Amino acid sequence: MVVRVPPSSAPPRSRLRVLLASGAAALALAAGSVVPGMPLGAAPQQAQAADSGGKTDKTLTVAVAQSVDSLSPFLAQKLLSTSVSRLMYDFLTNYDAKDNHAIPGLATKWEPSADKLTWTYTIRADSKWSDGQQATAEDAAWTFNKIMDDEAAAQANGSFVTNFKKVTAPSPTKLVIELKEPQATMAALDVPIVPKHVWEKVGDFSKFNNDTKFPVVGNGPFILTDYKVDQYVKLKANKDFWRGAPKFDELVFKTYKDQDAAVAALRKGEVSFVAGSPALTPAQANSLKGDKNIKVNEGPGRRFYALATNPGARTKDGKKFGNGNKALLDKRVRQALFLSIDRESIIDKVFQGHAVEGKGYIPPRFSAYAWEPSASQKLAYDPDKAAQLLDQAGYKLKGDQRVGKDGKPLDLRILCHATDPNDKAVGKYLKEWWGKLGIGLKVDCLDDVSVPWYAGEYDLAFDGWSVNPDPDFVLGIHTCAALPTKAKASAATDNFICDKSYDELYKKQLAEYDPAKRAELVGQMQSWLYDSGYMNVMAYPNAVEAYRTDQIKSITTMPEAAGNIYGQDGYWSWWSAVPASSGGDSDSDSSGSSTGVIIGIVVAVVVLAGGGFLISRRRRTTADDRE
Amino acid sequence: MTADSTPALVQQADAATDGPPAGPSAARGPRARNTKAYLQYVAAKIAGAVVSLFAVLVTSFFLFRLIPSDPVKQMTGGRPVSAEQLESLRHQLGLDQPMWQQFTSYIGDALTGDFGASFAYHAPVMDKIVEKLPATLLLTGTAYVLYSLIGIWLGTRTAWRNGSAGDRFNTALALTLYSVPSFWLGLLLIIVFSVGVGPIPGMFPTGGMTSGDTSGFGYVIDVAHHMVLPVITLVAVGYAQTLLVMRSSLLDEMGSDYLTTARAKGLRDDVVRRKHAVPNAMLPTFTLMFVNLGHVVAGQILVETVFSWPGLGSLFYQGLSTPDLPLVQGLFFVFATAVILANTLADVLYPLLDPRVGR
Repeated sequence: MVVRVPPSSAPPRSRLRVLLASGAAALALAAGSVVPGMPLGAAPQQAQAADSGGKTDKTLTVAVAQSVDSLSPFLAQKLLSTSVSRLMYDFLTNYDAKDNHAIPGLATKWEPSADKLTWTYTIRADSKWSDGQQATAEDAAWTFNKIMDDEAAAQANGSFVTNFKKVTAPSPTKLVIELKEPQATMAALDVPIVPKHVWEKVGDFSKFNNDTKFPVVGNGPFILTDYKVDQYVKLKANKDFWRGAPKFDELVFKTYKDQDAAVAALRKGEVSFVAGSPALTPAQANSLKGDKNIKVNEGPGRRFYALATNPGARTKDGKKFGNGNKALLDKRVRQALFLSIDRESIIDKVFQGHAVEGKGYIPPRFSAYAWEPSASQKLAYDPDKAAQLLDQAGYKLKGDQRVGKDGKPLDLRILCHATDPNDKAVGKYLKEWWGKLGIGLKVDCLDDVSVPWYAGEYDLAFDGWSVNPDPDFVLGIHTCAALPTKAKASAATDNFICDKSYDELYKKQLAEYDPAKRAELVGQMQSWLYDSGYMNVMAYPNAVEAYRTDQIKSITTMPEAAGNIYGQDGYWSWWSAVPASSGGDSDSDSSGSSTGVIIGIVVAVVVLAGGGFLISRRRRTTADDRE
Repeated sequence: MTADSTPALVQQADAATDGPPAGPSAARGPRARNTKAYLQYVAAKIAGAVVSLFAVLVTSFFLFRLIPSDPVKQMTGGRPVSAEQLESLRHQLGLDQPMWQQFTSYIGDALTGDFGASFAYHAPVMDKIVEKLPATLLLTGTAYVLYSLIGIWLGTRTAWRNGSAGDRFNTALALTLYSVPSFWLGLLLIIVFSVGVGPIPGMFPTGGMTSGDTSGFGYVIDVAHHMVLPVITLVAVGYAQTLLVMRSSLLDEMGSDYLTTARAKGLRDDVVRRKHAVPNAMLPTFTLMFVNLGHVVAGQILVETVFSWPGLGSLFYQGLSTPDLPLVQGLFFVFATAVILANTLADVLYPLLDPRVGR
């Protein structure tokens, strides 16, 4: 016999349970969307504090693409970390915002001795550490000596002290540095001076990241107050800074790993400034141009973008290695290659107008040292002349291919950075232009070009450096002393260039303390580089950044006439920034919160209605199934 | 579906035609009798896991040295660094030692839990991982729980109402969202809900985990507020997998005889689904859930990048570009350990769910 089991009484209870659950969920959702919308209550409105009425705290929020690797100035390598060090600690000297010449920093005066080997710095008496103690020459001497003595402390700035023999502080306002050989870069020592009384307690410099005690003791325009790894760095204005307190009370560097998200944050007002990585793309800049509260700052950049040619890789002892194409050892071939590059096209089509055509090695914004080729020296775009030079060099056209005297076709390789879209785009153009000349080109785009580069296994490469006001470093990487000691080992050299006349000029400029004479020597070096054809600059990419004018009223670029804001040689931008007057966004704040409440309520109603609808439908269908 | 489940389903159908329907009572018996066999099975699985872990340790050393790159040059790229400094840096980081010496010190240290100090961050690797682990687990863990639950719930509903409008809509929606790139969806959500478009106001932050300056309950709300968009992104692109696996295995179950028996007994549709069909159909989904659990620790690099979430995925990516050898070795080992542990756990728990396995 079949026992019929009546439907249990559980169903109404379980359905009621579901209804209650969905109602609770809807309320939670409503609460969740309402609470953050509350006026100025929770953190999301924090960043708008600069322009919300009633708050006196003025905050400048900068969206950066990197995160800090170390807050210790002895270890920091990344640009963000070194920028933060520059704000926390004063250097001996600074660079003028107009024309980059050296101006007083912690040191008010600096003088070389007659024999050029001793430099005496006068340290100012009005710089105090943020814990009240006076900053003296003793701190500077201690910093330099620490870098000279401790290998771990030399990780970041060791290259500045390689030529130092002895550093002493005979009085609190006098610092004496004795050199082994003359060095003209003594007014460009980008080494943060740290307080001895704090840092002499540090044990292992290779493990200390300066992130254990906040606020960090410093004497720069800003004081580091808070730091969350991979999220943000917070600094507050140093009211006792000797050059004057910054106008903004707080400076926050917030990490935005994706630049499109950073641009969205700028639009929303969550950040005041976006620098892009390395600059805003043309698409991002164009999309921001229409917004009336956002200013796109475009100025001459500090990088050069060049074509490097392999001169034949070799060690310091002259031992050759690598497989650079021997055709490039002929200057006519190198010049022919550069003559057939239409630089104007590259500026227009690849950089979309956000670059300036390359001239000398040093970018024009460094007016003291920039050099330009004369009309007769200039390698202007001339594909016909290029063809002529190739014929003269013995590479005749056979069909549509250039063939050398040995019968082999002229095929070259170029190293390109896989992460740089400009490299890829220019590579395509080069392939086309050189193809017309009859030269084959293979574009090798790699994530890390340094391995084949330092193995000498390349013919050409896209090269570029960010230049400093003192050009010593970018000039020094082309000296014979920079060559590797062992074959295929990485070294300081950039392109294996080694020439006696260049080296002599380098040595002379390093020992030349007269600025005008030194500039003349640097010009001669650039002229040599230009003629050699081993390093020809195609363009200087512009700095393209954007900031909100309703949060920042004015800010100093560097150079002051037109330049960049983030990554300056100095702290001018953040120190000089003037906040926009408050009260701009208080209306949108309150309307934003009430809209949040409305949205929350609408969502709750929709969820409840939807839940109810689903429940009622379910009841009907299970009854059908049961039949 | 795994290889395990197919024969199980076939066996299920055989058992149904052979004798009384398989059910909880039949499962209890063999399990109790084979406790010793089960423990042996567990021990074997754990031993296998230990061997795998050691293999991972060795592999992680060589794997990242295959990348042709010079960490010292990459780290100091763009800065004025002399040749002597490069050599000194190489020496400090232990990169100038012969390979076998680096290997033995690596294995020796790793067995004590010391993966060395990160090249870029100058802090012990394990410290950096532990620092970022909560953020990663919070984001991917929450998304994991949500998309698993939603996937199982919707998968069950769509299979049970196979062919209905709701089924077709849900499956199509899931597949569409599954095909959408996660970073694109993330950016879209930022533009629409974070910046605000038209009448929709910007309700959520554009990135990061916190806005700072909050503590206690305020901090919890702040983090939750930042988590909404990334979690929605992860759930949207992730739930389809669970939904489809659940749906297909339940569809396979639905034709079984034992369900007909259950209905004939007069049980309600809900009960038949919930207590008879779903537990058996859960097995492949169960396997999938454990596989996904293993990947929770690895984070989601794309979503972490778009939302600037400070997680392990983006840490790994940053480490790879140098390569920051101690960091990536340590991270690789941690990720692999999570996957191995999750799979071992699945192996150990599977016989408890399905007593036919492990006998």
